[in-house]
Order: sequence, then C-alpha cells, then structure tokens
Amino acid sequence: MKKLLSFLKDYKKESILAPLFKMLEALFELFVPLVMKKIIDVGIANGDRSYIVRMCLLMVALGVIGLICSLTAQFFAAKAAVGCSTKLRHALFAHIQGLTYSEIDDLGTSTMITRMTSDINQVQSGVNMVLRLFMRSPFIVFGAMIMAFTIDVKAALIFVVTIPVLSVIVFGIMMITMPLFKKVQKGLDRVLGKTRENLTGVRVIRAFAKEEEEIAEFGEENTALTKLQMRVGRISALTNPLTYIVVNLSIAALIWVGALRVDAGIITQGAVIALVNYMSQILVELVKLANLIVTITKALACAGRIEKVFGIKPGMTYGDVAGYEKKKAALREGGAGIVPKGEQEKTAKEPGRMANGSEGSRGMEDVSPVYAVEFKNVGLTYRGAGAESLSGLNFKVKPGETVGIIGGTGSGKTSLINLIPRYYDATEGEVLVDGINVKDYPMEALRDKVGMVMQKAVLFKGTIRQNLQWGRKDATDEEMFEALEIAQAKEFVDTKDGKLSAPITQGGKNLSGGQKQRLTIARALVRKPEILVLDDSASALDYATDAKLRRALREMREKLTVFIVSQRAASIMHADQIVVLDDGHVAGIGRHEELLANCDVYQEIYYSQFKKEEGKEA
Amino acid sequence: MSGNKEKNGNQKQEAYQATRGTLGKVLRYIRRYWFFVALSILCAAVTVALTLYVPILTGDAIDYIIDKGLVDFDPVLSIVKKIVVVVLLTAVSQWLMNVSNNRIAYHVIHDIRREAFHKIEILPLKYIDGHSYGEVVSRVIADVDQFSDGLLMGFTQLFTGVITILGTLLFMISLNGKITLVVVLVTPVSLFVAAFIAKKTYSMFKLQSETRGEQTALIDEMIGNQKVVQAFGQEDEVLERFDEINGRLEKCSLKAIFFSSTTNPATRFVNSLVYTGVGLTGAISAISGGITVGQLSCFLSYANQYTKPFNEISGVVTELQNALACAARIFELIEEEPQIPESQNAVVLKDVDGTVALKDVYFSYTPKQKLIRDFNLSVKPGQRVAIVGPTGCGKTTVINLLMRFYDVNSGSIKVSGTDIREATRASLRTSFGMVLQETWLAAGTIRENLTMGKPDASEEEIVAAAKAAHAHSFIKRLPQGYDTVIGEEGGSLSQGQKQLLCIARVMLCLPPMLILDEATSSIDTRTELKIQNAFAKMMEGRTSFIVAHRLSTIQTADIILVMKDGNIIEQGNHETLLAKGGFYSNLYNSQFAQ
Repeated sequence: MKKLLSFLKDYKKESILAPLFKMLEALFELFVPLVMKKIIDVGIANGDRSYIVRMCLLMVALGVIGLICSLTAQFFAAKAAVGCSTKLRHALFAHIQGLTYSEIDDLGTSTMITRMTSDINQVQSGVNMVLRLFMRSPFIVFGAMIMAFTIDVKAALIFVVTIPVLSVIVFGIMMITMPLFKKVQKGLDRVLGKTRENLTGVRVIRAFAKEEEEIAEFGEENTALTKLQMRVGRISALTNPLTYIVVNLSIAALIWVGALRVDAGIITQGAVIALVNYMSQILVELVKLANLIVTITKALACAGRIEKVFGIKPGMTYGDVAGYEKKKAALREGGAGIVPKGEQEKTAKEPGRMANGSEGSRGMEDVSPVYAVEFKNVGLTYRGAGAESLSGLNFKVKPGETVGIIGGTGSGKTSLINLIPRYYDATEGEVLVDGINVKDYPMEALRDKVGMVMQKAVLFKGTIRQNLQWGRKDATDEEMFEALEIAQAKEFVDTKDGKLSAPITQGGKNLSGGQKQRLTIARALVRKPEILVLDDSASALDYATDAKLRRALREMREKLTVFIVSQRAASIMHADQIVVLDDGHVAGIGRHEELLANCDVYQEIYYSQFKKEEGKEA
Repeated sequence: MSGNKEKNGNQKQEAYQATRGTLGKVLRYIRRYWFFVALSILCAAVTVALTLYVPILTGDAIDYIIDKGLVDFDPVLSIVKKIVVVVLLTAVSQWLMNVSNNRIAYHVIHDIRREAFHKIEILPLKYIDGHSYGEVVSRVIADVDQFSDGLLMGFTQLFTGVITILGTLLFMISLNGKITLVVVLVTPVSLFVAAFIAKKTYSMFKLQSETRGEQTALIDEMIGNQKVVQAFGQEDEVLERFDEINGRLEKCSLKAIFFSSTTNPATRFVNSLVYTGVGLTGAISAISGGITVGQLSCFLSYANQYTKPFNEISGVVTELQNALACAARIFELIEEEPQIPESQNAVVLKDVDGTVALKDVYFSYTPKQKLIRDFNLSVKPGQRVAIVGPTGCGKTTVINLLMRFYDVNSGSIKVSGTDIREATRASLRTSFGMVLQETWLAAGTIRENLTMGKPDASEEEIVAAAKAAHAHSFIKRLPQGYDTVIGEEGGSLSQGQKQLLCIARVMLCLPPMLILDEATSSIDTRTELKIQNAFAKMMEGRTSFIVAHRLSTIQTADIILVMKDGNIIEQGNHETLLAKGGFYSNLYNSQFAQ
C-alpha cells in the first residue's frame, strides 16, 4: 500500500482538494435539514409564506453551491486517480523491464500483462472512489452527529451510540468478506484454468476418453465456487438489513427522546424532524458505502497484486562504470595473460569496437590479451529447481574463435550461453568476459559486447528497418544491408516491396520461420558485437543456407567470437572448439576429430545424424 | 436517407427481438428457481411497503409532539413500538430477499457454466479448431461473470427500485395529490440529465477504450518478448513509446471519467430541487392546513426515497443491457451444434485386432476446398503406415479421421470390421495410443499425467514406462519427482521433456493401435535414437500410423501414404513408390539424397 500511496504524492494538491470539496458539498447538504427545521418552526408556525419562499431559495442556493463543489471535487478526484494510475503504469512497466530472466520466468507473461492492464484499471477506479466517497461518508456521518449536537445535546447522544455500532457492522463485514472475496477469485481462476485446459488439450482428453471425468471435475470446481459465492453473498447481504435496523431503532429512540424534550419545552417539533433527517442521511450514506465496499475490496486486492510485482526486486546488481573501468585498467597494466593465437584477428577487429563506442576497452589488447570468454567451474541451479542444470563447467575461448555447443534435449545448452550476457547468474563459479567477471560489468557494457540470437525468432510490429534498429539505433542503411548480407537475408529483403521499409506484422507472422531467423541474426549483427551467440537459430534454415551463413560469419572483416548452439552436428563440426554437454556436465571439449575419437556422447550424436547418409547410400 | 432510417429501424427491431430471445432463455434458467423468485418478489414488496410505512409512522409520531406540554405520550410510545416491530420485519425480509437473489443469480450462472462446459466436451473439433481459446474461455468466464453481476444487480435494484417508485407514488398520492404532482413533474429531469451526460461521454469512453487497446497491444508485445527487449537493451526506447501512449491515455481517461462522474452531482442537484419543491408546496399547504407537519416530514423523506431509485435504475438498465449481451454470447456457445450423438446401440469396440479399412473416403474441412477424394486403404493387423509429404500438406487430417475428431463426408472407416461411426467414441479412441507433435499435459502431477490412460497403473509400471521413454532420469531430478506438479500446459518443462512424457503416457497404457504424429520432433537425435528401440518394441504387433520425417521409419513401413495439398496422391511401399518415379521419388531424392 505504501508504494501505491507514494504515487498519489505527486497529486497531493488534488488528493487533498477533492475530498475537501466533497466535504464542502456534504456540509451544504447538512445545512438542508436545518433550513427545513426553520421552515417548519418559523415559516409554518407563523404562517409566513414569504419566509418559506426565502428559505426555499436558500435551499436552492445551497444546492447550486453543492453542485459546484461537487463538480470541482469530481474533477480533482478524476485527475488524481488518472494521474496516479498513469504514473503507476509507467513505474510498473519500467519495473518489469528491469527484472531479470529468473524473475520473468517466475512471474509468467500473462500475469504481468493482467497486472499492467486490468489490475491498474481497478486501482484507478478504487482511488477515484476513495477520494470521492471515503471521505464524504464519514464526514456526513460525523457531520450529522455534530449538527445533532447543535440542536440538542441529549438527543445527540443517541448518535454517539449509533455511529460506533454502525462502523463496527460495516467494517466488520468488510473484514470478514475481504479474504472470502479473494477465495472467490481463486475459485474463479480454477474454473478458468479447467476450461482453458479442456480447450487446449481437447485432442488428448478425447483420445483418452476423459470427457466424463473432466465434466465431473469441472462440476466440483464449479459447485465449490458457487458455494463460496453464496457464503460471501450471505454475509454481505447482512450489511443493509443490519444498518437499517440500527438506524431506524435510533430514529425510534430519537422520537421518544424528542417527545420528552419537546414536552419539556427544550426543543421544537421542527428540531425533532431535523434530527430524524440527519439520522436518515447517515443511513443513505452507509448504503452507498456498502455498495462501494466491493469496488474498494477489488481495488485493494488488485493493488496487492501490483504491490507484489513491485516487491520483486531484480535479483542482480550490476557493476558500476567506475569499478569496471578500474578493473579494465588493472587488466591492461598488470594482467599477464596467455597470449592467444587469435591476437592478430583481434587487433583487426579494432575498428568495430571503436564504432561500438566502448571507450577504453581497446587499450587492453596492446598489453595483456585475455580470453574472450572463460567459464571457471561454473554451476547453475534455477530458482526452485531440484537439481543443478549446469555443473562444473570449465572452458576458455580465445577472441575470434568459433565455439560449437552440442548436446541432447535439456542438456543445458541454452542455460550455458545465457550465462555469457548474464541473463542468469551462475550459482557457482564465475563467468569472465574479456577477463572480467560478468557480475562486475555495467549492464550496458556487457549487452553491447554480446549479440544474442535466440531460439525463438521474435520480431516486432513495424518495418524491417525498425526491427534492425533494435540492434543499434543509429545504424545506417548500408550497415543494415551488410548485416543482412551476412545473415543471408539480403536476398529476400530485396524482393520485398520497400525493402528495409517493408512492414512486419506483429510477431513477424508475415514471414516464414527461416526468414524470421535470418532477420534476427541480422539484427544481432547490426549491433556489431564482439561475441555473437546463435542459440539454435539456424534450425529453420536448410543445410546449404546454414553453411553459407557460417562461412559469411567466418569471413567477416571484424572477426567475431561466435558461439553456435545446435542439434545438428554438421553446423558445429568445423568449429575451433566444440563443447559437448550431457545432463549439464561437460562430456567433452575439443575439435571434431578429437571428439569423434574419444567422446562417446559426441559419437552417438554424430552417428545418429550421419547414419542417414549411410542408409541413403545403401 | 429514409431507406437508411428504415434499415436502422429494422436493425433496432432485430436487436430488440434478439434481446427478447435472450431474455426468454434467461427466464428459462431462472424458472428452476421459481420458488426463490417468488420469495424474492414477495420480500421486495414487503420490504418496500414496510420501508415506506416507517416515515408515515414517524410523521404520525411527530404530529403528537407538537410543543411544550403538548406531547401525547401514549400514542407516541405505541408508534415507537410499532416502528421497532416494522423495522425488524423489514430487516428480516430484506435479508431474505438478498439471500434469495444471491441464490438465484449464483445458481443460474452455475447451471449456465456447467452447460457451457458440458458443451465444450461434446463440441465437434471443427468448432474448437476454428475458434481461439481465449474467445471461448472469455465466454465461459468473463461473460458469465458479467452476466451474474448484472443479474444480481438487476434483481436487487430493479425490483426494489420499481416497487419503491410505485409504492412511494401510491403513498404520496394517498397523502396529498398536489405535492405528489410536484414530485412527479420534477423527477424525470434527473433522468434526462443522466441520459444527456451518458450520450455525451460515450465518444470519450470509446476513445479511452481504443487508446487502452493500443496500449495493451504494446504491453502484450513487449512484455511477451521481454527477454528480447532486454537482450537488445531496448528498455528505454520501449518505455518511451509506452509513455507516449500512456500520456494520451491519461488525457482521454481524465476527460471520460470526469464527464461521466458529473452524472451523480447533477442528478443529486435535481433531487435537491425536488426536495425544495416538496418543502415549498408542503410548507405552504401546511399553513393553510392542507397537511400536517408530520405529513410534511413524511413527504420529505419520500422525496428522498423516491428519487434515489431513478438514479440507480438508469445505471441498472445499462448494466442489464450489458448482461444480456453477455448472456447472448454464452447462449451462442451453448446452442452450438454438438458433434453427432452416439446412437443407442453403439458398439463398444473390444479385442481390437488392428485391422483398419478405409473405403471410398471423401473428406474436406470446408465444402469449398475438396481435400481427400476417393481414398481407399486396407491395413492388416500389425502393419506400419507411414504418412509423408511436405510441411502443411495435411498429414494430420488422416489422424483426425481415424480418431473420429472429424467425420468423413462419405465412405467409411472400419476398425476391426466395425464402422467407427457405429462404435462408441470412447472405445474407438482408447484403442489408439496417440503421441502428437504439439505436446499437451494437464495441470497436475507428473504421475497423474502419465496414468491418464491407465489410472490403476502400479508404481513399477509407471517407472518402467518412464524409463522406456527415457523420461525417468529427468523426472527424478525434479523437486518432487513423480509427484511434481506441473503447471498449465507443462509449465517449466522443455518441449522435449514434455514430448518424452507424452510418449511415456502412451507406453504405459499400450493400446492395440498407435498414432505417432512427429512424436519425436522436439527430442534431440541422440535421445530419439534411444527411444526408437522402445518405439520399435511398442509397435511390434500393433497397427501404427506414423507421420514421419525420418527415412528409416519410412523405408521400413508396410504402407506409405504420400500426401500433398491435403490429398493422398500416392500409396505403396518404399520400393514400389520409388519405382513409380512420382512425387515420392522426387521428395525422397530432394530431401534425403545429398
């Protein structure tokens, strides 16, 4: 709640003025019974028609002023509510963007989308309502009491008893129903889940002839939900009758006390009517409040859900720029690393880095060459997982090398490469890029170094150009075409109307799988990274294009360190180094020939794919 | 112009009739709870009558409290007693009314939801394939929910609202006709004001929901691909785009919300005019002795009670319209044509030997596009049928027909000599073990998923099946092993792991026939190779239909069906088809040779 309230801070003026004007409106409303009392006690008693007319005009005037106050209040309330939710939406969106992969996995996309949309909308109407009514209602209630005191202290004591009883009823019921409402929501979620499951799994459910069981299970969930709803309903249904009883019993008491006081000549007949009117006003306010409780309860629940997202702190902190620069300098001066073979190429790559703008990262090649990527005894356990997904990984990659990563389903290939741009943190050991632990990099610096092409080819609505600009904002058309050419995508982009300006629909649905993959590769290349990671991203390409792509990458002017993850032995067999993974362990590292000679797992993989060729030849 | 008007009129007429139709259906559901409806109406009437009676009593009492020394205590006391009794009665009947309304609303939607779900289970696959899941789910959940809200609100507020208006009018007329006239004349003004504002704000709300839609689309795209956004460090750019829309949304939301929120103050102002009107005319006639002061106080409280329902009703009417629109969408689903029901004397397939015969089969999904024409196939027990062809050629169509997810247009499919349309669907489908390319797992534990086809499987059997499918080792590594709960659609498992589970599921129940649709597409080649042995063992003696891309599977198949553009164009075994030099030999040469 605190977090949400902080968003209202920027609308302090509005959040104060809205209830204030609401109270003013209520105040003028509270005068009405007094005026009526005057009409009865003075106007009717004296038969003074002109007095009555004057008083009625006063009432109209009160109405007009009330209307103006009320409109002002509505405006400020709307402004505060809308403004606050706009800020909230911005903050939540920014917060979600700052979350790391682990948290995104935990939360799930669909939850985040509902929280961004419908939950915030609920909060908005909740804030609006609270500003408008939560202040008004207590004000009327207490105001009515105070007005009663001005009429007659003894009679007003009835109000003093009534109001606490009423608040106990209203808030008590609210407290009881609030957790129940949450349960109802959960029940609804279960019914929804069951329905969805039966649609997505229709073939399997029917194949196993499970319809009757599914209907029975749904019936149970459905009945449970209805029972819950009935329970909440029964309790909330008490609000109105109970408040009605209390208020009207108080009216009865007022009449009796009023009778005594009038008889004693302390108050007038009109005063009794005014007192009764005030009590009625309280009832009307309470009924409104009771109807609002559902809205407020919902808004609170939604606020809680949003709060929870805010509560998730990104599980990573990034190195600060100064510290990173210092480490780099230290490496440059003292770091006596092994001189890798690829030093030549690395120097050749110099201009590319310049373009990248990562100042200072250049100096180091002159003095102390380091490994482009190094895994030191790395292990990874995903949050909530029972066992390690990766363990004991040790390998070094020299700048400019091509590394193939191969292994079975779930052997940890993607997990491994996700550690390089630090999408996840290694839970054991350390990952070094250019000799510096990835945890010490400022996020920008690390992401600039690594170009990532993911398994799932994701493109965004817009033009081809806009999509490529994701790689680098200020990339020229020339640079884009260069990237497209390497990614083997130039050919088909050229055939599109408008070429770089050709539209891409949401999710890239107007492109084939292979085209999408090639564009995502080009997108990563536009960024001119030092390290390029291809996570099974040529799976939709035929062998010939795949081979051409690899050749183009090898022949690039500024030589990249390339990681290729693949299921195809053919895609990685020419790599400088092949890492064979099996169940999260390294089963072998080396060149193709070495592995084929000594690594069982590699042999199995290789022969499972190349047997085909034997079969064909037979 | 006039034609246009006519058309509008017709549309209105149609809409009106549709609404009436829906209303009729809703009433049919409600009829089951007629007792509670009657109780609710009765209680509403009692509640309103008693509620209206209290001001009269109060007024009477006040007339006995005139001035100092002029208070008649005996009648006041008896009136106060009366008030207490009336109030208690009112509260009880109000509570009963609320509870009956809850009961009606929640039970009606319970019934509707049950029927909707039941319908989902018997809808033809054609409907489910043709509609997005989200759309159907939103009908069963969101629409039903909205409908229940509307129904509940309608019952509680519309009933009491209308009865209150009528009751107050009646009581007021009985007290004094002239003042009543004032009230009646002024109140409609508040309705006009409300309607006027609603009309004006409509376009503002429309703009708001459009902008909201635009924003949701962006959220959906960006949050859905959050990982890519982060990988390319595009957070700031995306946030900028988001903020631009967010800013526009703020502006139009503010307008829409503010203008619509003027309804209440405006109507309240009109109400205060009514109140003043009553006060004025009442006070003046009180002077001339037309009414007593007590009656005036009674009138004043009526004026308040009378105007209130008008405000509510205008809200309720929109809510009800909305609810009916939702109901119409639900009924559309419930009234959807179900799959052809099973005949009374449908045969339960037993001891299926694996003979499958397709005779003169014609099939197409839509009448326009002819697909399978004059298809004949005879499969002997234990034979392997491979279905090959380029991607998207409709290989799954054959599976749809075999499993009777779709019915043939003409011709027949016989399993073990029985026309599948004469067999029960359940017995036909459980005769097949099916592993599909798109893996689907139910939310539940791994164990529950594996035993889907054989609920009484022993622990040893389960583990053996999992081991055969090479799933045991990764299941063991999960936090709770076989009792690990996997979320909706398999949640955190990888595609390959899910497929292994689907294979284990079939290996456990081992039905007489198998359908394997790219069953190993997400599994790496090495594991696949290992599973092949288990597959081979499983297929022994079982008729199997295999949608395949692996040459070894195809070559050893007894029958190869070659499909193209949804059609079966060639049929035979590897040698005969190669010799034929047709599409298959082309395909074979292009895909598998060099």
